[in-house]
Amino acid sequence: MKNTHLNIDHISMEFPTPDGPYVALQDVDLEMREGEFVSLIGHSGCGKSTVLNVVAGLYKATKGGVVLDAKEVNEPGPERAVVFQNHSLLPWLTAYENVELAVKQVFGRFNSKQRKSKAEMKEWIEHNLHLVHMDHAMHKRPDEISGGMKQRVGIARALAMEPKVLLMDEPFGALDALTRAHMQESLMEIHADLGNTVIMITHDVDEAVLLSDRIVMMTNGPAAGIGEILEIDLPRPRDRVELSGNAKYNHYRHEVLQFLYERQRRPGEEVAAVEQEEKSSPALKVVKTEAA
Amino acid sequence: MKLTRTKTFTDEQYSVFIRTYIFPLIAIALFLGIWGMSASQVQTSLGQLPGPTAVFEQASNLVDEHVAAREKEASFYERQEKRNAEKLVKNPDAEIKVRTYTGKATFFDQILTSLVTVFTGFVMASLIAIPIGIITGLSNDLYRSINPIVQLLKPVSPLAWLPIVTMVVSAVYVSDDPMFDKSYLTSAFTVMLCCMWPTLINTAVGVSTVDKDLINVSKVLRLGWFTKVYKIILPSAVPMIFTGLRLSLSIGWMVLIAAEMLAQNPGLGKFVWDEFQNGSSNSLGRIMVAVIAIGIVGYMLDRGMLMLQKKVSWDKSVVLR
Repeated sequence: MKNTHLNIDHISMEFPTPDGPYVALQDVDLEMREGEFVSLIGHSGCGKSTVLNVVAGLYKATKGGVVLDAKEVNEPGPERAVVFQNHSLLPWLTAYENVELAVKQVFGRFNSKQRKSKAEMKEWIEHNLHLVHMDHAMHKRPDEISGGMKQRVGIARALAMEPKVLLMDEPFGALDALTRAHMQESLMEIHADLGNTVIMITHDVDEAVLLSDRIVMMTNGPAAGIGEILEIDLPRPRDRVELSGNAKYNHYRHEVLQFLYERQRRPGEEVAAVEQEEKSSPALKVVKTEAA
Repeated sequence: MKLTRTKTFTDEQYSVFIRTYIFPLIAIALFLGIWGMSASQVQTSLGQLPGPTAVFEQASNLVDEHVAAREKEASFYERQEKRNAEKLVKNPDAEIKVRTYTGKATFFDQILTSLVTVFTGFVMASLIAIPIGIITGLSNDLYRSINPIVQLLKPVSPLAWLPIVTMVVSAVYVSDDPMFDKSYLTSAFTVMLCCMWPTLINTAVGVSTVDKDLINVSKVLRLGWFTKVYKIILPSAVPMIFTGLRLSLSIGWMVLIAAEMLAQNPGLGKFVWDEFQNGSSNSLGRIMVAVIAIGIVGYMLDRGMLMLQKKVSWDKSVVLR
């Protein structure tokens, strides 16, 4: 693929256990364009988070590696900002101060290329909180605001680092359906505005189809890998109500559901299913190469 | 509708009032009753074991003695000033002497001495325990190395430390014009040795159990070591550190009384010891006043720490008691 921005190059991940190494990921390979929105979907324990952590630099892949803009990733850094599942805000700081910590780190240092003055930083912090519609509760602490608002602040903190890649680990997993829909709208707006490259982990099929340019469906672990990649060719901006009647949208949804619930059953659900899975995995690999 | 609501509300307040004030008062009354009855059954060589009334009498005696001593002190200074003024009138170049009052310390002076001593020990303990706790909490290996030593020293009684501390203080603190009494230093160091462990252990645990996600945040932000400790690890460990400090202070207060008794630091411990040696018919009553005072001061110290903890704790959802 031309214009490769982020290259997840054949990564494998083994974790040492007392019973020998546990292979969590086997040969995951994905190339992304700049500004692309990719969702990772799969059953629990299939290694989605491991992929994300490797890209973030929090884990080091046993084999293979990650290349961002022709530079290998070998440690975490603010150009690959992470939005954590449980917001991970510092509970003793206000929303503003949480974002400030990140902004000071990226723009406030003397050796920083994009050094901002104090006033510029303040403006930038407020701008990012405004982007996620948190102006009104800027000076509240995490325990004084709702779950959705905390997640917004988490996103603002990540965006404020001006990351090349935004990594989101089930960002809306803990939210109720209405708040989640609201957050998805905000995220689509922000993505349209800023054009960040995004990798998002999700369990939610609708969310994946609504937001993504591509959906990466992962096979079950151990030795999880990419099962299939689905290109979502729907025009943006997307509207969930309009799309619900769209034949293409429903087709994509169906594809993902079929993958998750027919081809990749939950591990340990049935012995027969697992055996069938193993037989069908070569076929899945073929599909994958086609999609790529 | 409105009427019934107001009524239930007052009913509720009423029952809250009973629960918070009346129940404890009943318990105290019962306690005093049992104490009074059983004390009258015990005859000691110093007379009958004092009941609540005898103790109350001794408490007011101690207050009177304190007031009398203060009056005496005030009049001493008054006389001295008068005398010096007269001297100066007679001869403006006269050499005047100002002497400080050297009366016997009252009960309340002794409480103050005890408080100063316990705080000295407690502050020294905290200054040692918190940094060590942070460093050991940050490294599992260091924690494992230091843990056996801590566990070994933690249960040692102040009475075992005291002779060693006394000898070390006498050997090391040699000065012609000592700023501190040796007894004060000995007591404070003994308090320090006994009360640093809960703070050390709690700080280490607090630091090592910082939420992994927050550590990941610091990695993604590429925070430096110092910023990470200062901005993420310390605030996150503050509740645990304060739990340790509270435990340390109450242990320190308990240890202090024993230390003062043996080191003869002029605090509450010495008061109890002196009264015991004195052996008058009032002694047991006066010792019991000291016991109650020790209890009240200990309680107030704990409440003070709790208030401080509530003030600095960011986690308002935790019920502190």
